[in-house]
This record gives sequence, C-alpha cells and structure tokens, in this order.
Amino acid sequence: MSNIIEVKNLTKKFGDFVAVNDISFEIQKGEIFAFLGPNGAGKSTTIKMLTTLLSPTSGTMVLDGHNVEKDSNAVRHSFGIVFQDPSLDDELTAYENMELHGVLYGVSKALCKERIQQLLTLVELWERKDNYVKEFSGGMKRRLEIARGLLHHPRVLFLDEPTLGLDPQTRNHMWSYISELNKTEGITVFFTTHYMEEADRIAQRIAVIDHGKIIASGTSAVLKAQTNTNSLEDAFLSLTGKVIREEEGSPVDRMRMRHNAWTKK
Amino acid sequence: MHGRKNNYYMKTIYILWLRQLKRYFRSKSRMIGSLAQPLFFLLSLGYGFGPVFKEAGQGNYIQFLVPGIIGMTLIFTSVFSGMEIIWDKQFGFLKETLVAPVSRFNIMIGRTLGGATVATLQGTLVLLISLIIGFRPVSWALVPIAIIVMLLSALLFTALGTAIASKLDDMQGFQLIVNFLVMPLFFLSGAIFPLSSAGAIGKIAQFDPLSYSVDALRNLLSNIPHFGLATDFGILAILTLAFLALGSYFFSKVQI
Repeated sequence: MSNIIEVKNLTKKFGDFVAVNDISFEIQKGEIFAFLGPNGAGKSTTIKMLTTLLSPTSGTMVLDGHNVEKDSNAVRHSFGIVFQDPSLDDELTAYENMELHGVLYGVSKALCKERIQQLLTLVELWERKDNYVKEFSGGMKRRLEIARGLLHHPRVLFLDEPTLGLDPQTRNHMWSYISELNKTEGITVFFTTHYMEEADRIAQRIAVIDHGKIIASGTSAVLKAQTNTNSLEDAFLSLTGKVIREEEGSPVDRMRMRHNAWTKK
Repeated sequence: MHGRKNNYYMKTIYILWLRQLKRYFRSKSRMIGSLAQPLFFLLSLGYGFGPVFKEAGQGNYIQFLVPGIIGMTLIFTSVFSGMEIIWDKQFGFLKETLVAPVSRFNIMIGRTLGGATVATLQGTLVLLISLIIGFRPVSWALVPIAIIVMLLSALLFTALGTAIASKLDDMQGFQLIVNFLVMPLFFLSGAIFPLSSAGAIGKIAQFDPLSYSVDALRNLLSNIPHFGLATDFGILAILTLAFLALGSYFFSKVQI
C-alpha cells in the first residue's frame, strides 16, 4: 500500500515557542489514523500546516502526491476538513452552506445538487435544509460540517476533535458513518480526540504527540504493550504524565466569549 | 479548458458576493441601524444649520449636505463590511474559504464586491430618503453617474476595511479604527461644511480620499464643485486600485 500523507522533519515555531518539533510520520492510503496528545501538544498546529492554513518553519509535507506548500491548490482539492470550532455561516441555511462549498470546490451544479441531497439525508438534516444554521444545535452543526467536508469527495478527511461536546448517540452515529465511508470509498481519515476509548475503537494506528514531539506510535495494542498498561487511557497517561496542561486562550476564544455574553442563547 | 477555468473563477467570486448580499438583506436590524445614523445627521444638521448657512450666503444647506451624508454612509458601511472578516475569523467561516482551492485574491474580490454593493445600496437608500426631506438632484440624468461614484468609493473603503481587518485578530481594535480613522476621515472630508472656506482643514482635506467622493457626489447631484470631476474620478480610481492591491496583499498573508 502507498502513503497518502508523508511528513518529514516538520517544525513550527511561534517566536521562541516550538509548537511542533521536528516530527515525521506517514499515513497509508485508506488508513484511519488517530493523533493524540494533551492540550497544546501541537495537534491542531500540525493539522493547520497539513491543511495549508499555516506555513511550517521547516520540513516537508506531501499529501496525495502533492507538496503541501508548493502545490497548495491541488492539495486543497484532495482533503476535506471538519474543524475543532464551527466554520459554518450562521446566517445562511444548511443547503446554502453546502452549495457555497460546492461552488468553491468547482463541483458541477447537477452533481452538487445530487450529493447535497445524499449527504444531508445521510446526516439526517435533509428535512432541515432550509433552516438557518444559527437555529441548529451543536450536534446538528457538527453533522452539517461533516456532510460539507465530504461534498467534494476528498481523498483524506481531517477531523479535529470532531466529537467534542456531542452526546454519545450523535458520536456513535458519526463514527459509524465515517467508518462506513472509509470502507466503501477508501477515504483516509486523520483525526484527533481526547476520548481515548474512541481512538481505541476506531483508529487503526495511533500517534501520541507531546510538547511538539511524537513520543509513541503504533496500534493501540502496541502502545498498551509498550507501556505495560491495560487501557489506552492508561497508556496515554503513562506516556504523557499526569500534569494538567495550560492552554492560553486565543484572541478568538476571548472574543467568542464576549460575543456569547452579549447574545441571547 | 481556459474558458472553463475562468467560468469557475467567476462563479467563486459570484457566490461570495451573493453571500454578502444575503447577509445584508437578512439582517433587518443592521439595515435599519445603518440608515438611522445618516438620517439623524441629515435631520439635525440639515434643519439646525440650514438657516445659518443661508444667512452666510452659501445657499440651500440640504442641497449641500445630502451628498456629504451619502459619503458618510458609504465610508461607514464599507469599512465595516471590509472588517466583517474579523467576525468570520471569530466564527470560523473564514477557515472554510481559506482551505478551499480558491485563490485568496478571488476570495478578497468576491467579498469586497459584495461589501461595496451593500454600501452602494445603502447610499442609494439615503439618497431616496433625502428626497422626502426636500432634496432635489440638479439632473436625474446624472444620478446613475453619482451611483457609479458611490460604487467606486465603496470599493475603495471596503478594500481599506479588508486591509485593516486582515491585520487585526479581534474586535478590540475596532473602536480604535472607528474613532481614529473613520470619524476623522468623515469630519475632514468637507461632508458637512464647505472646504473652500475652511482654512487649514481645507488643506488637510486634500489628503482624505472621502473628500473626493463627497466632492464628486456634490458636483453631480447638487452642482456644487470644489476639486472638479476629473480630479475626483482620477484620484478615486487610483486610490481604489491601490487599496484593492493593499487589501489583497494583506489578505493573502492572513494566517489562522
């Protein structure tokens, strides 16, 4: 099997702070890969670099045969992403959000229409397609984002903490759908999560990152054997220690807090 | 193939333009809110200073003031439209456009055209409202040209808003921009007083892009010239291109 993602000596510095420190890894085509780590370990920074949102300080990334930095437009066609924070337009309807995505990715009108119906039905939002996204619950927004991320049939799907704040029902539903897609369409899945049992159950391979370094990788069984533990949670804690990490609120977080304080829920 | 590619570019610009318009028409409170300010200015200044203006031998103040208030509407609506990028950063939608296989330039152009269209609609609404309080354009044939001036100015200031917003991370700086950029540009532009008799301020006004928008509108709608139409159009066109270049440069550097 060939690699769909190849990362070599990737480093990202913000001033003096090294967020991602010389990491290298490969992901095979059709693999479900979990990227685990405490807050501030460098997970999201790595995803941002792989998805062309952030340029690395040094190192190379190849995704679906394209150099991420040099050939960013080709790379953008190859992946879909569900971000950690919402990235929908609240003032548009579910259908309009999907449609906008289709146009941005150059999906033809007829095909776009067909896929929107298919995907919205799949995430059980077809009945609500003409509702504004601002009327949706967190779970519904998440489902809509997943549907949108799949609209252009990406080869790789990035999911950055996709189940954060979702109830077990929605979470379960979402993962069975993504596993199904992985089997039928051969989509490679790269996800991060804080729920260890989720990674244990879904991921075929796991990498643990801490302080910007990949400190362990392999199947869940390998990680457990390596740390002499019985659960992935214990393996994770044994690898990363029990000290609670502080993550500084970004300006965006602070602004969102203020906005939430001023708008009725 | 080349044609198909161009078609795709146009579609991406169109859909982002359409998005700005949809957001405008769906937010009634924003529409009303941004019409209230020019209306208050028109009524209080128009009726308050009208008699003094006439006594000073300057003629009808409403005829003088309306183009200035349209200019005010344009600069406020445009700069804010451009700065909507900060909201999109905050609510995440910007990421959706930035990971899409569309060049940053197209995204910026689509948004800017959308914002400028909204501002031009607002400016035109203010013009219509001013008819109720007694304003009369000197020639209806010149009104379409005045609308082109509005669009040009709106493009200029939306691009300026985009350039600023690309450099800001949150709304903290927003009030600063309003107080130290938009307000001075408005007050120094001669929107509410004649530049010819304003002494030093008349000199400073030459460096204010809004002066040229207001002057062109005043020339076309009320036949009160100051710089002259050729100067107005020339400077507005050059500045619009410059700010579009600056806006798309800063926007291309945005990292999240």
